[in-house]
Amino acid sequence: MKKVEAIIRHFKLEDVKNALTERGVVGMTVTEVRGFGRQKGHTEMYRGTEYEVDFVPKIKVEVVVPAEKLQIVLDTITRAAQTGQVGDGKIFVSDLCEVVRIRTGESGVVAI
Amino acid sequence: MPRWGRRAARCSAALTLAILVFLGTPAGADEPAAGPSPSTAPAAEAPKLDSGDNAWVLTSSALVLMMTGPALALFYCGLVRKKNVLSVMMQCTFLMCLLTVIWGLYGYTIAFGEGKWLGDCRYLFMKGAQAAWKDGKPDIPLYPGLTIPVMTHMLFQGMFFIITPALICGAFAERMKFSTMVVFMILWGTLVYLPLAHAVWGGGVLQYGSEHAKGISAGGALDFAGGTVVHISSGVSALVCALLLGKRLNYGKAPMPPHNMTYTAIGAAMLWVGWFGFNAGSALGSNGLAASAFTATHFAAAAAGLTWACLEWLLRGKPSVLGTCSGIVAGLVCITPASGYVTPMPALLMGVAVAVVSYFFCTVVKSRFGYDDSLDVFGVHGIGGTLGAILTGVFATRATGAITDPASLVGKPLGLLEGGPLLTAQLIAVGITWVLALVGTFVLLKVLDAVMGLRVSREAEIEGLDLSQHGEEGYIFI
Repeated sequence: MKKVEAIIRHFKLEDVKNALTERGVVGMTVTEVRGFGRQKGHTEMYRGTEYEVDFVPKIKVEVVVPAEKLQIVLDTITRAAQTGQVGDGKIFVSDLCEVVRIRTGESGVVAI
Repeated sequence: MPRWGRRAARCSAALTLAILVFLGTPAGADEPAAGPSPSTAPAAEAPKLDSGDNAWVLTSSALVLMMTGPALALFYCGLVRKKNVLSVMMQCTFLMCLLTVIWGLYGYTIAFGEGKWLGDCRYLFMKGAQAAWKDGKPDIPLYPGLTIPVMTHMLFQGMFFIITPALICGAFAERMKFSTMVVFMILWGTLVYLPLAHAVWGGGVLQYGSEHAKGISAGGALDFAGGTVVHISSGVSALVCALLLGKRLNYGKAPMPPHNMTYTAIGAAMLWVGWFGFNAGSALGSNGLAASAFTATHFAAAAAGLTWACLEWLLRGKPSVLGTCSGIVAGLVCITPASGYVTPMPALLMGVAVAVVSYFFCTVVKSRFGYDDSLDVFGVHGIGGTLGAILTGVFATRATGAITDPASLVGKPLGLLEGGPLLTAQLIAVGITWVLALVGTFVLLKVLDAVMGLRVSREAEIEGLDLSQHGEEGYIFI
């Protein structure tokens, strides 16, 4: 099993969610996050005091998939979240050792 | 506050009529504006309760209370960091309770009893103001010369006694010890606000036309709703607080942006609405003067908000919400002393002027001197109030009919623009208020620093005042 964490733009969330659901992904977790990469932050000004805001707000989508579906999921997210501009985000993939469905106690791929 | 409002018209009507007739022959600029108005007759009849006047001033009292909570509380709490949001709300809310009790016990009588320097004890513990059984029937005493009960006047003025100390909270936000703040506010309200309110509004040494003002303040100054009493006193005291408490930890190094500008925008809009009670209510009647003050207030706020936003647009590229809100408040501050004495176009001008001056103070002067007046109380209220009090001496006109007592001053030109002598008195009143606020606040804080300590500990400041002072959090994730 693989855990896919995709950092994307706010307004791409709906596209990514729909595309993944169409590909048979049955669940996901979404978080509002802040961070920076190559995209620069911005400046905020409050009554003459300027603040450099380095951490840009983004959305993190977490999806857990069986290993054989990984490539489809990665392609799907990439296509749905892409604008071609700096700041589109990144996808991180890691191995996942266990999943448990709390209601039934099932574990492994069936619990995803 | 035109406490003198209808005194001449109703109590000394006979004298007024005699003087009006005597001076009624064509003369120079000092000629009384008009003959006896319908309200001056019938002669020598004590004013009766007017339900319209009473309704408006009671409504205004509620509006002015709303200015402290939630308006000012929201305006301020949005500007601090998340960990201090409740501490600011608590300061405003607690002061609503604390200062009301003081006002009822002894505050009102010191401010509005008779006397040269301080009021006498006529309203101590509300005696003389409250309902009483008199001559075999219930009696609700009326305020001398007015058509509203003493209690209505007391309530309205009591709301000013709440918001003025609450304004200062913006200067020491995010670092002052709550217990010390409570003691400071009791002392500041008693020793700075009450004597000042008496001097300016209670027939004391700074009030226009007061017998005590002759030798001291060039005949007295005009302050319709609190340029000196409320805004200069709180703004200048705020500067002293900011200087004596010192900066917040890591001020200028760590970012301290407002944590919720939406609260601030809501608070500013509510302040604007509440200010109609503050200024138009200060007519102490539901009359033409109230309409005039309402108009001036509204126009100044609009012009100042517009000006501040445009200044940012020109100088920094973007107009901001905080800038517009700051401009609105600065405009309201500036028009406060003048609201009952100026016509709409000077009000617009005053709004433009204060936005430029306060913008300069909040952005350039503060950063040059490096004091941490956290929420710009000095730049907006101290400077805006000072400008407003001075400009009152320029733009005030007898045309609004605010001056009805003493009879010798009715119809005299007021501001510089109509050839009146008021400006000197305005400058003296501004100077005295500055000195009283500077010295009073400095001494109080020095004493309290020695006795109780002004600031929370370093650890408490890092943790945030919400948890360290009140054991609560503003935003809980459940």
